[in-house]
Amino acid sequence: MLRSILNRLLGMIVVMALVVTIVFVIVRVTPGDPAAVMLGPDASAADIAALRSRLGLDGSIAEQFGRYVLGVVQGDFGQSIFLNEPVTTALAQRAEPTFFLTVFSLLIATAIALPVGILAAYKRGSIFDQATTTVAMFAASVPSFWLGLLFIQFFAVRLGWFDTSGYGGPDASFAVRLNHLVLPALALGLVSSALITRFTRASMLDVLNDDYVRTARSKGMSEWRVVLKHAFKNALIPIITVIGLTAALLISGAVVTETVFGLPGVGSLVVSAVLRRDYPVIQGALLVIAGLYVLVNFAIDMLYLVVDPRVRY
Amino acid sequence: MAAISVPLHSEPNILSRLIGRPTSAIGLIVLVIIVAAAILAPVIAPYAPSKLSIASRLHAPSLAHLFGTDDLGRDVFTRMLYAARTSLSVGFSVVVLSSIIGTILGLTAGYFKRLDTPVSRLIDAMMAFPDILLAIALVAALGATAVNVVVALGIVYAPRIARVVRASTLVIRELPYVEAARALGVPTPVILIRHVLRNVTSPLLVQGTFIFANAILAEAGLSFLGVGISPDIPTWGTMIATGRQYMDQAGWVMMFPGAAIVVTVLSLQLLGDGLRDLLDPRLAKDI
Repeated sequence: MLRSILNRLLGMIVVMALVVTIVFVIVRVTPGDPAAVMLGPDASAADIAALRSRLGLDGSIAEQFGRYVLGVVQGDFGQSIFLNEPVTTALAQRAEPTFFLTVFSLLIATAIALPVGILAAYKRGSIFDQATTTVAMFAASVPSFWLGLLFIQFFAVRLGWFDTSGYGGPDASFAVRLNHLVLPALALGLVSSALITRFTRASMLDVLNDDYVRTARSKGMSEWRVVLKHAFKNALIPIITVIGLTAALLISGAVVTETVFGLPGVGSLVVSAVLRRDYPVIQGALLVIAGLYVLVNFAIDMLYLVVDPRVRY
Repeated sequence: MAAISVPLHSEPNILSRLIGRPTSAIGLIVLVIIVAAAILAPVIAPYAPSKLSIASRLHAPSLAHLFGTDDLGRDVFTRMLYAARTSLSVGFSVVVLSSIIGTILGLTAGYFKRLDTPVSRLIDAMMAFPDILLAIALVAALGATAVNVVVALGIVYAPRIARVVRASTLVIRELPYVEAARALGVPTPVILIRHVLRNVTSPLLVQGTFIFANAILAEAGLSFLGVGISPDIPTWGTMIATGRQYMDQAGWVMMFPGAAIVVTVLSLQLLGDGLRDLLDPRLAKDI
């Protein structure tokens, strides 16, 4: 057990190091000088040199990399060029909507997908099963930002149940902010529920015919207990994996969905940073989100160890 | 050098079996129609794609304008046909590029034991970035052009191909005929191309279909955000972005391009599912 944990930990650290390297490299593939590009054609040589040093683009590549890694390790992701504040501050201020949007979407997706997926597998081949498979595939084909626009049009504009955009301003109460999150979370959650539903159904089908399920039935155990306790528990590993994967996809979806709903989250921060060529912010956001993904994956691997004692790394 | 080409020996067979399944048949037929419509856009389109007509701006769908007109009086149906060209060719190019990068990475990791760990960790690290976010960052660095969108998405989806190719290569490497080829002194590149690669084509084809679907969604997302292909070029994503501003008065401007995305992606997924069931029986578990 300890060995497995250490093995995974080591793997995670290596991947993290590679993530930092990739983020470092991305800005360096910019054709030409990023500082000159950011300042435009009229900038003076002195201004460009100053910005280069602010961006950490002066010195040799090795020096730049050393400085960057040293900063990242100390939690210093550099300064935003346009917001005039540390990248970490900018990210922290925008974290809340993104965090809640991701969590709520994941809750909605799971709340739909688990029961539907289990029931579809249990009633395999039924009309319900076929309808589920079709709807899930359809949902996976809908761009979440487009669904979001349709929701705004219908629920916010036509019915007036929700505000069309924003997060209620800085002094808004939690209830108001929650109200702003309903539609985006619903749009993202519905689209993401498709993948979890399909996997839940598939992995339930895998176990429902297993011997121990038959044994449990022949013992006279109630169907309810057989399906939920014996079958579902054993189907859990692939389901956990896909829920973790969905969490990562949700962050991606959040980038676009936030923009649609005018939520001041990390996603809209990145989009505005791209439009303003604020490279440190783009790098910081990439680093934090990829880092979180690696951590979530690590947590899922650890969860396997708990859920299935046979698992060893 | 006919042997170098990598034919799908059972291709006619697969096609007929695909058509035999109602869901994949629908996917295939719809896809063929969409591709044909895109190719024939100049013939089918009732108007020129950028023909402005202020007099007929934001007209509702009618016989003259099947899907209505946009804010500049341009025919939405016409623009959707032309947008299909961009969206489909971007999607397809992404599949080709990610397949090339991914196959090289996957073969390397799967065939050469010493390189497996470093390449696999690199793949893990690349997979840690959410697809749209990494694509946004790459496009931001490279510059927002259609070619760079393809490059960015090609890099983003390459690890998925690499994983599939690596997994297959690991198995194939140990098969007797590969061992025999090694023992006979067949050069490694020849083994890789003739014996390993041609057996990887099936999973590659399946994964490629799903990447096509994902790439279309991702391109639409990037174009919608205004960080991808220039808004002047009609793609389904840029059309939704334009239509969004007139959503209240003219819902059709954003509605139809979105529907086009849904239909295209759905048919690709149906096709991908069918291909997977036929070509990759190990994975064909009712997913």
